[in-house]
Amino acid sequence: MEYLSPTTVEEASELLAARPDAEVFAGATDVIPQLRAGRAEPGALVDLKGIERLVSVSADDAGWTIGAATPTADLTGNAQLSAEFPGLVEAAGLIGSDQIQNRSSLGGNLCNASPAADSVPAMVVNDMRAVVAGPDGTRTIPVVDVTTGPGSTSLGPGEFVVEFQLDHRPARTGDAYLRLIPRTEMDIAVVGAGARLSFDEAGVCTSAAVALGAVAPTVVRVSDAESALVGTAASDILGNGDAMAAVAAAATAACNPIDDKRGTVAYRRQVAGVLARRAVTAATERALATNGAATDGAAANGVS
Amino acid sequence: MTVTDEPTANPGYKQVGTRPIRPDGLDKVTGKARFGADLVLPGMLEGAVLRSPHPHATIVAIDTSAAEAMPGVHAVITGADFPDLAANGARPDDVLMSKNVMARDKVLYEGHPVAAVAAATRKQAKAAAAAIDVTYELLPHVLTVEQAMADDAPILHEGMRTRGLDPAPEVDSNIASRITHERGDLDQGFADADLVVERSFTTKPVHQGYIEPHAAVADASQDGRANLWCSSQGHFSMRTSTAKVLGWEPTRIKVTPAEIGGGFGGKTVIYLEPLATLLSLRSGRPVRLVMDRDEVFRASGPASGTSLRVKVGVTEDGQLTAADVWMAFEAGANPGSPVGAAGMTVLAPYDIPNFFVEGFDVVVNKPRVAAYRAPGAPMAAFAVESVLDELAAGIGIDPVELRLRNAVTEGSQAAYGPKFPVIGFVETLEAIRDHPHYQTELGPNQGRGVAAGFWFNAGMNSTATVNVNEDGNLTVVVGSPDIGGSRSSMCLMAAEELGIDVGRVNAIVADTETVGFNDVTGGSRVTLATGAAVVDACRQIKDDLRGRAAKTWDVEVDVVEWVDGQAQHVDGSETPLTLGELAAKWGRTGGPISATAALNARGVGPAFSTQVCDVEVDPETGEVTVLRYTTAQDAGTAIHPSYVEGQMQGGVVQGIGWALNEEYIYSDDGHLENPGFLDYRVPVASDLPMIDTVVVEVPNPAHPYGVRGVGEVGIVPPLAAVGNAIAAATGVRLTDLPMSPPRVLDAINRAAGDGGD
Repeated sequence: MEYLSPTTVEEASELLAARPDAEVFAGATDVIPQLRAGRAEPGALVDLKGIERLVSVSADDAGWTIGAATPTADLTGNAQLSAEFPGLVEAAGLIGSDQIQNRSSLGGNLCNASPAADSVPAMVVNDMRAVVAGPDGTRTIPVVDVTTGPGSTSLGPGEFVVEFQLDHRPARTGDAYLRLIPRTEMDIAVVGAGARLSFDEAGVCTSAAVALGAVAPTVVRVSDAESALVGTAASDILGNGDAMAAVAAAATAACNPIDDKRGTVAYRRQVAGVLARRAVTAATERALATNGAATDGAAANGVS
Repeated sequence: MTVTDEPTANPGYKQVGTRPIRPDGLDKVTGKARFGADLVLPGMLEGAVLRSPHPHATIVAIDTSAAEAMPGVHAVITGADFPDLAANGARPDDVLMSKNVMARDKVLYEGHPVAAVAAATRKQAKAAAAAIDVTYELLPHVLTVEQAMADDAPILHEGMRTRGLDPAPEVDSNIASRITHERGDLDQGFADADLVVERSFTTKPVHQGYIEPHAAVADASQDGRANLWCSSQGHFSMRTSTAKVLGWEPTRIKVTPAEIGGGFGGKTVIYLEPLATLLSLRSGRPVRLVMDRDEVFRASGPASGTSLRVKVGVTEDGQLTAADVWMAFEAGANPGSPVGAAGMTVLAPYDIPNFFVEGFDVVVNKPRVAAYRAPGAPMAAFAVESVLDELAAGIGIDPVELRLRNAVTEGSQAAYGPKFPVIGFVETLEAIRDHPHYQTELGPNQGRGVAAGFWFNAGMNSTATVNVNEDGNLTVVVGSPDIGGSRSSMCLMAAEELGIDVGRVNAIVADTETVGFNDVTGGSRVTLATGAAVVDACRQIKDDLRGRAAKTWDVEVDVVEWVDGQAQHVDGSETPLTLGELAAKWGRTGGPISATAALNARGVGPAFSTQVCDVEVDPETGEVTVLRYTTAQDAGTAIHPSYVEGQMQGGVVQGIGWALNEEYIYSDDGHLENPGFLDYRVPVASDLPMIDTVVVEVPNPAHPYGVRGVGEVGIVPPLAAVGNAIAAATGVRLTDLPMSPPRVLDAINRAAGDGGD
């Protein structure tokens, strides 16, 4: 097996075009266990961390650009990003242990295509987009469209995710991600739930996104929960009113889980409802705590 | 931490009861310590084991020719290369042990070894193992005691008849044996009760979870002798077992112990050692075999999965009147579950006038179980201590008080037979009752549980040699692998005996040819038994030193006493001679100073523990958070209190894991689905509060320093303590382990009438 370390996106694209037996990796926190278990035997491994663009974080007036191979420790350590998108950063920070955090990345977490990937529901509720490079140049697609099933993605031969785009948070907006694991860390989500809500000046929800992980082959958007929330007052959400019962019911209904060693179908359905409700509550509290301030794009500009 | 540096058992000790830095610590944290897999010898080959993918099958044929022709391969062995012990008249247990390390006619569990390869690299060895062509004829399998005990169950061992039945059965069975204990009149006992509670319980197989996988390096010579290096809880036992499987005399094998990365009972049996030895003999090269983690899970011995039914009666004033206990323990593929110990321990803490205990040792198509910390006792205590909790609540008395009213004390006739010597059970109950933890208020969704436990502790055979070096420092040579701080404890007892600072004593664990015989490090026996041998040897040395001083001063030996590391004349008329001075002049007084003691330890001191646990249960997800945990345990005397606390905490933590999340998950077709630490969930540090310890010291009068042994009893109460706390927090009694979030939520749902799963 060969180890290859390109330093530009173009070089990586050329390598991958020339080596159909090659696989890319970012932190290799999933690839190495797969190699050790004999589940994969690529002819070459292409290390994306040598490409500066893939390990950078920056912001401009429009939003953030996060390199796909950026260590998640760099995200949790980024005060501005953490303040603006606490749910996203918390989800990224849940991957593995402290040591793994120095290697793990959003791109790797997404493209490993585990249904239980913690960062994916949080990326989806924040409408993040993936910039994909390949033999035919680059294209930009919603994160939700990257994974197509357990272990499979929509990326074509030779394609890889370069970076993620994330628009700045509007005023009175908060996000959250919660997961259930039987332990407190070092575990795989049995259920994960991400939520993002925006409110108007009167405290009425103007937009909502709810996404579930580990309860279906891919991340699931819970549109019935979202429509139940839009138009609902924050006070009703925090008071666990009818809309929240609808959120829980919709999340339970949106699940398409399996019985496996980590949880039963019945358990996953019930807990998906609980976590969706709790994630919505946490996102609402964060939105209200912003006191109406949108993020100042200029202030965040240049952060890396 | 409740213990201070000043031990309570005997404030007069100067070394015993102090907390010197552990002698093995530095090498372990710097990576210098050599564990089982660390040895590299010139020319060494790497091995791999081919294991059965089926839970139960007949081996029709094995073709190794393709594997033998592969690059780098030096030797391939199968069951045909091992002697037929049955034909040689060996004991049935030894025949089964031999077939467990390498299958012959049949495989009995997924992971059962079928062949092994030695090759230049591990990759080549694995590739060659995969190229061995085994033809199997699949057989129906059984995975639980219920399946195995069914009338029409497929039989694992042709010819196996249940022992302990009268009349002797005439048909084959998967029930290897039946044990019973009884006293009094059960019917009368239940008639005397005001309240009777009966519950059924199940527990899953759990692994000891030692971090270091099994590893062995063998270097056999053409003269039929072999050197073996391995990590185990007893290298003499590894030698005996390996020799049996190979049909050799034990002394043809020299076993050198490696530093051990956890054992907990699981490293008392052989797996790789005879395979490595035979591969080395065939190849003429040293051979190293190391298990992968999934091999450790699939093919080393976990603790039994169990099924239990317990019925206990109590009067309204809290007197236990009767107990009826039924237990079936999975043995794995071969007989030998700890159901016997479970039957002896299950009622041991209590004076109950009428009882009947019945237990069954049942073979199933899973790996043969091995010892795990107080083998058999935790599952038995889970059942009884859960029922006692319900009884206490039912008659409205405090659960500690219920146990105090029925606790065994010195002179009580144990349910398993003998009269108890001096024991400290009541003291551990009182320690918990009086602990601040027991008085604190609890919040919503929180609950508190109490449970107690008993373990015999063991004595057995030990040998120790103590050498005085030319600088007057001591070397203590033992043959008991150190799995819990025993080297440090040996040093402390030797230092106390000779009146010197513990820093002047070094203890080593020597190979099978450097020190006399020692039984395994197990049964919490080493500080007691090997410790007694060390003390005995030190006393011989003291007598020797007094004699040398007497000779130097030309006086009778009875006027020489040994005080604070030196010989002195009782009337002070001579300048005292220190240990160092006597050592420096040994050439003039009779030569080097050394003594050996070999003994079969008597006067075992039984151990008791009482524990209290607070949990919070998330009623919407079933997650259980352990908020606070306190354990009180009678150590006899805490020789090195930090190690004692560590043993107490370690037992509790493993028990919490067993209670909440650990389990072997088998598919219906007999495959283990979670052979790794990701999905076999031992607790991580952040899952746990600080485990608070109360070291109770009721010295064992039969040991020179009052030692009982502390390694095992701590794991006995936690399963029930956690279960009782969950019951208090939720109002729902869980009777099936593990009490994982899906199980807890399902129980809450069912109690609420939502149907559940």
